[in-house]
Amino acid sequence: MTKPAEISKAGIWRRLYDGKSFPVFVVVLSLLILWYAGAVYMNSDRLIDQYERSKVEWSWQQLTEDAWSMERPILPAPQQIIVELHKTVIDKKITSKRSLVYHSYVTISSTLVGFALGALLGVLLAVGIVHLETLDRSLMPWIIASQTVPILAIAPMIIVVLGHIGLTGLVPKAIISMYLCFFPITIGMVKGLRSPDVLQLDLMKTYSASAAQVFWKLRMPASIPFLFASLKVAIAISLVGAIVAELPTGAVEGLGARLLAGSYYGQTIQIWSALVAASVLGMLLVWAVTITEKLVLGRTGREAV
Amino acid sequence: MSDVDLKPVIEIEKLNLVFQTADTPVHALSDIDLTVNAGDFVSFIGPSGCGKTTLMRVIADLEKPTGGHISVNGMTPEEARQKRAYGYVFQAPALYPWRTVEKNIMLPLEIMGLSREEQKARAARNLAMVNLEGFEKKFPWQLSGGMQQRVSIARALSVEPDLLLMDEPFGALDEITRDHLNEQLLKLWDTTKKTVIFVTHSIPEAVFLSSKIVVMSPRPGKVIDIIESNLPRDRTLDIRETPEFLEISHRVREGLRSGHSYDD
Repeated sequence: MTKPAEISKAGIWRRLYDGKSFPVFVVVLSLLILWYAGAVYMNSDRLIDQYERSKVEWSWQQLTEDAWSMERPILPAPQQIIVELHKTVIDKKITSKRSLVYHSYVTISSTLVGFALGALLGVLLAVGIVHLETLDRSLMPWIIASQTVPILAIAPMIIVVLGHIGLTGLVPKAIISMYLCFFPITIGMVKGLRSPDVLQLDLMKTYSASAAQVFWKLRMPASIPFLFASLKVAIAISLVGAIVAELPTGAVEGLGARLLAGSYYGQTIQIWSALVAASVLGMLLVWAVTITEKLVLGRTGREAV
Repeated sequence: MSDVDLKPVIEIEKLNLVFQTADTPVHALSDIDLTVNAGDFVSFIGPSGCGKTTLMRVIADLEKPTGGHISVNGMTPEEARQKRAYGYVFQAPALYPWRTVEKNIMLPLEIMGLSREEQKARAARNLAMVNLEGFEKKFPWQLSGGMQQRVSIARALSVEPDLLLMDEPFGALDEITRDHLNEQLLKLWDTTKKTVIFVTHSIPEAVFLSSKIVVMSPRPGKVIDIIESNLPRDRTLDIRETPEFLEISHRVREGLRSGHSYDD
């Protein structure tokens, strides 16, 4: 947010003090200080152990420096993660197996396919549930039950079953992602499709509109804000689903695979940088949905719920 | 078709409606007899719960009667609804917030399957009728309550029905806006020669607008009195000061009072 002349005249300190940047800056700074302190605290035991075994004299300064530059720390310092990210995102060619961009790409493909399938399934289920009472009664308990099963328990089975019929790679991951993300969409859409009030429905009846017309001209447009609210939740969940799906497959590609490999070899810095990449991806995805929402709702003069 | 003759549009005989509620059945309408002729402006007046809205909803086929006979344009209300014989104006504007004013008016026309040009032409014509030219591209929330209700009237008119059903359309508006809209509505009625049924609980509004006033009382909802008004069709708000106006008002008030007496 850059605002013209009047503010820049006031000087940077005044601006920081008056604006929102200063409080945000303070919070971020405090978090960083806590993190660095935490890194020293968490890693000191092992370091002191080492010093004592090799009988070296150590000072606090020595300890702090070592704690922030261990190869396999319990808690890496932020700058170590940044260095690792720089190495794996910018220095490596993006086609390289060591590039985080490549792994992110693998994860995001299954995320997006899973999200698309989940959105389709979620909307279709909601349409059925709203229009047929039989479906409302018969499907809803199963839908809710499906979400109470821990995904980590069911993911290997999905992969085994799909592998048996020859589906490997992206498809099983996308399906696990879909399995997780259709739920908020169904719930949101059911609520959205039922959101028109009696008056709006009566109006359609006075026009003797067909069920299809009521759906396309009333229920569907009324549900759009609800749809986007649940899409925002769903896209974040589908990313989690895609990452979780990479864990039990022993996958060698994708952010989940990076996490797994990192934990096998105690490469905490690698785990953390994969986590950072996953959260950045998550934010980008939610942001993309938000932008789409603004475009779609803006065209109809509405605001997001 | 548009000539004012005494062709009955709505005929109601011994109409009854009982709502089955959880504890006791509610007798919403009891032995209603009523004839509405083409070109009439009929007001249903009565306290809340007297069934005036219910009666109108029966005419519109939004409720099914449990007994008696009713015909709209010589058909059952259901057939009349399917032939889109009436335009219905609800208590609230019930505009769809994602549609512009113009698109809201085009909604029934889209459902009827009219051509795009015809839809646009009718939207423009009816917006002009309620003095809202230039508001086509506005969204409902950009309009005041009175303007929104005028849009909903234009929407009902765009179907070009001979029968207009209006359920306390100005109930939520302030008196100044209401007077203004009443005058506009009267002019509209006079020029288009439509049959209007109007639900209200305001005596001056009913007397000012109507050629026939149906006074109703609650529990069970029934008709107490039907008053034919001899006020001229082209009236202005000044008419409310005349003795004839006061006399009719008096009779309506008497009717409402007698309907209420057994309540005490």
